[in-house]
Amino acid sequence: MNKEQLILVGNGMAGMRTLEELLAIAPDRFDITVFGAEPHGNYNRILLSPVLAGEKTVDQIMINDLDWYAERGITLHAGREVIAIHRARREIEATDGTVARYDRLLLATGSTPFILPIPGNDLPGVIGFRDIHDVETMLAAAQTGQHAVVIGGGLLGLEAANGLMKQGMQVTVVHVLDTLMERQLDPAAAELLRAHLEERGLRFLMGANTAALIGEERVRAVHFKDGLEIPADLVVMAVGIRPNIALAKKAGIYCERGIVANDTLQTYDPRIYAVGECVQHRGQCYGLVAPLWEQARVCANHLARYGIGRYQGSVTSTKLKVTGVDVFSAGEFSGGPGCDEIVLRDQARGVYKKLVIKENRVKGAVLYGDTIDGSWYFQLLRENTDIGAFRESILFGQAHLGDAGHGGGNNVLAMPDTAEICGCNGVCKGAIVKAITAQKLFTLEEVRAHTKASASCGSCTGLVEQLLAATVGDYSKTSKEKPLCACTEHSHDQVRKTIREQHLTYLRAVFEFMEWKTPDGCHSCRPAINFYLLATWPGEAQDDSQSRFINERVHANIQKDGTYSVVPRIWGGVTNAKELRAIADVADKFQVPTVKITGGQRIDLLGIKKDDLPKVWADLNAAGMVSGHAYGKSLRTVKTCVGSEWCRFGTQDSTGLGVKLEKMTWGSWTPHKFKMAVSGCPRNCAEATIKDFGVVCVDSGYELHVGGNGGIKLRGTDLLCKVATENEAMEYAGAFMQLYREEGRYLERTAPWIERVGLGYVKARLVEDEEGRQALYARFLESQRYAQIDPWAERASGRVDAHEFQPLQQVG
Amino acid sequence: MYDWHEIGALADIPRLGSRVVQTPHGDMAIFRAADDQVFALRDRCPHKGGPLSQGIVHGHRVTCPLHNWVLELDSGAAVAPDVGCATTYPLRLDNGRIWLGLNNVANLSPTVRETA
Repeated sequence: MNKEQLILVGNGMAGMRTLEELLAIAPDRFDITVFGAEPHGNYNRILLSPVLAGEKTVDQIMINDLDWYAERGITLHAGREVIAIHRARREIEATDGTVARYDRLLLATGSTPFILPIPGNDLPGVIGFRDIHDVETMLAAAQTGQHAVVIGGGLLGLEAANGLMKQGMQVTVVHVLDTLMERQLDPAAAELLRAHLEERGLRFLMGANTAALIGEERVRAVHFKDGLEIPADLVVMAVGIRPNIALAKKAGIYCERGIVANDTLQTYDPRIYAVGECVQHRGQCYGLVAPLWEQARVCANHLARYGIGRYQGSVTSTKLKVTGVDVFSAGEFSGGPGCDEIVLRDQARGVYKKLVIKENRVKGAVLYGDTIDGSWYFQLLRENTDIGAFRESILFGQAHLGDAGHGGGNNVLAMPDTAEICGCNGVCKGAIVKAITAQKLFTLEEVRAHTKASASCGSCTGLVEQLLAATVGDYSKTSKEKPLCACTEHSHDQVRKTIREQHLTYLRAVFEFMEWKTPDGCHSCRPAINFYLLATWPGEAQDDSQSRFINERVHANIQKDGTYSVVPRIWGGVTNAKELRAIADVADKFQVPTVKITGGQRIDLLGIKKDDLPKVWADLNAAGMVSGHAYGKSLRTVKTCVGSEWCRFGTQDSTGLGVKLEKMTWGSWTPHKFKMAVSGCPRNCAEATIKDFGVVCVDSGYELHVGGNGGIKLRGTDLLCKVATENEAMEYAGAFMQLYREEGRYLERTAPWIERVGLGYVKARLVEDEEGRQALYARFLESQRYAQIDPWAERASGRVDAHEFQPLQQVG
Repeated sequence: MYDWHEIGALADIPRLGSRVVQTPHGDMAIFRAADDQVFALRDRCPHKGGPLSQGIVHGHRVTCPLHNWVLELDSGAAVAPDVGCATTYPLRLDNGRIWLGLNNVANLSPTVRETA
């Protein structure tokens, strides 16, 4: 069967996007021929401004090179303009006489810059700002000429002016009105923008009416109605665009301002479709990229004869692509009857934000200087969200909402999956995250290739990078429902549940039962499974030494040079002369290069050779000291202050309680490291409110705090409850630790765990459910029976894991 | 072409584990995979010199303990996206005893490996 012929007139972004969408859903329906007036492949017109500014090259903004067309069997006639459509014969005719037949014709002829009807407008050196040729003309002019005049203070004019200034020209922007970018900005934001651009070196003539362009061979000056004349070696007209409808009109297709198309992007001739800037849809012509993408998607669907989807017009937002100037605008920013305005203006910081609100719904937004929340406001606008609940803080941005922010961290994490990240291509957060996990994407380029996010104007690149970082993550973070690692499809929670339900007690059993894809897992899943086994079946599960990270295998911390550090346990940070003497003797005997006091009130011996470890431990054991587990995903330290025994402010015996807590909890394995502290009064010298479990003593008892950490993302604790006695504090500590051990994911500290499950859940399990708490506490104590064996003593005896510490052989 | 040195018994190395052999060419990490194949690599990660013998062994690969680079045990090559290579040395397994082949000149990197 012969394929149908599809001809695309216009090798620009809208037309090509339609073809890409079409090829994705119906690759074999059409033989496709593309006619383009420009002699290139397809390029990203939005990025012409960065090219002009010297921030990108022409090659970098190419979307599809010539090979792309060849690979897809598309015939490209670059540099051949279509001059006639013979609708009765279903043929088109190009400048060089080429005639081609079509079954379907797609018009994407774009727009042309509007050239003011004034004398001299056809002089050499007078151009629009539309295509690569214009940019080349400007770059050439910048080589020889000095003065450039940009007529038009809108989005495009300012981008052109900025680029020419970067190329070394003296640039004057001429604008007929008193404020810049009047279609996007209110006067206040426009004024900030003008002041900033003036500071950078642009000159402005506001309220100026151009009368004529003066010159003989080429333009040399601009003359104004009030008699003023300024020199000009180059004049760029950026006073607006007009849909390019000449071809359609000549063929008798119904046009008004643009080619009139219906909700399926069909023109009045049913075989002819139109997309992009040449289209007039429901009375609206668009000059921005996002609506074109929406049109392309709908049009492709109808060309493929799926017949799904209607284009119902677009709400648009814009950003100015001038490096270092952040401007965002969306919707009806100038307000009107029944509208309120919420405004934040910080002149010194150069920040201005205005939201137009009607009946508690966002109708428009203008942001200057800080545009990070632009996409959020735009989403509220499009979804018509009732903002009543957070109206009072809305201007402070999304990060300010609620108390769920983890140390004021990533904005993008707080966004819902439906939040739009890339406005140009209409890609939402969920789609990007899905692509990153499903396709295993690691780089920005890969995300661009797979999702198109940040592939157009690039202003959302920062957000996409944040998403990438948050999704791929560092190894200390595990996210929802993600497979545990590449060895399996199962998540952390599924693995743990199976271990419990199937009573699995050793690693190979898990691999077999859960059909692991690799014979013996990898460095990510083995330590996790080993922990889940031990935590679920204490005393019963087999601890697989080879599945532990080296630090836990040899009970010391590996350093960058392959030596180890040794930290003996110093209960509650309290030591004595005998212990210190033993530590000093070890430092002498083994020539320890560095002895350091740690942040957890202990002493670190750094630079110990691996084969010396058992001997060092033997000496420390002899003085009564045991492993401090400074290397483990386990209880680390219990930091204390001196408390009521010495301190004039102390309310309770914080040191004593700290020692008791450490004696109870040492040796326990946890999903990640676990730190505690006890402060003797609310002055909190032991910094208990940034620990996993912290006690702050008060006169009437003990405040118990949970879920804090220092580290990469600082998080203060949440108050769990207050208790009256030491025994209760101990019970809560054990129960909290057990709940975390049973339900926290491996390498998830208590801070992100609590943010995941919610403080309310932890309170429900520990505070409101007394029986449950006691059961947790009992399980904790039971598992400690198997855990509190000093690993150093075992190994110093030479009976355990001797192979870890001796070389196999010495040869030569 | 190699000097062959007997370095110990297969049973001296735990499965999915490694032992170090000290030589004039530097420390060698001798690995034993789950299938009892053995491999010898210079005990230095091509990234920052981490001791590979201390890493976690999985399949025919080892993960460096310092920054989680993953290296192929048979070729010494880093698994993408990392790029680099650790020197490999030939091993022979004979009746449960392991023999390590060392060249007289340091830093030659023969890729011949035999397992009995």
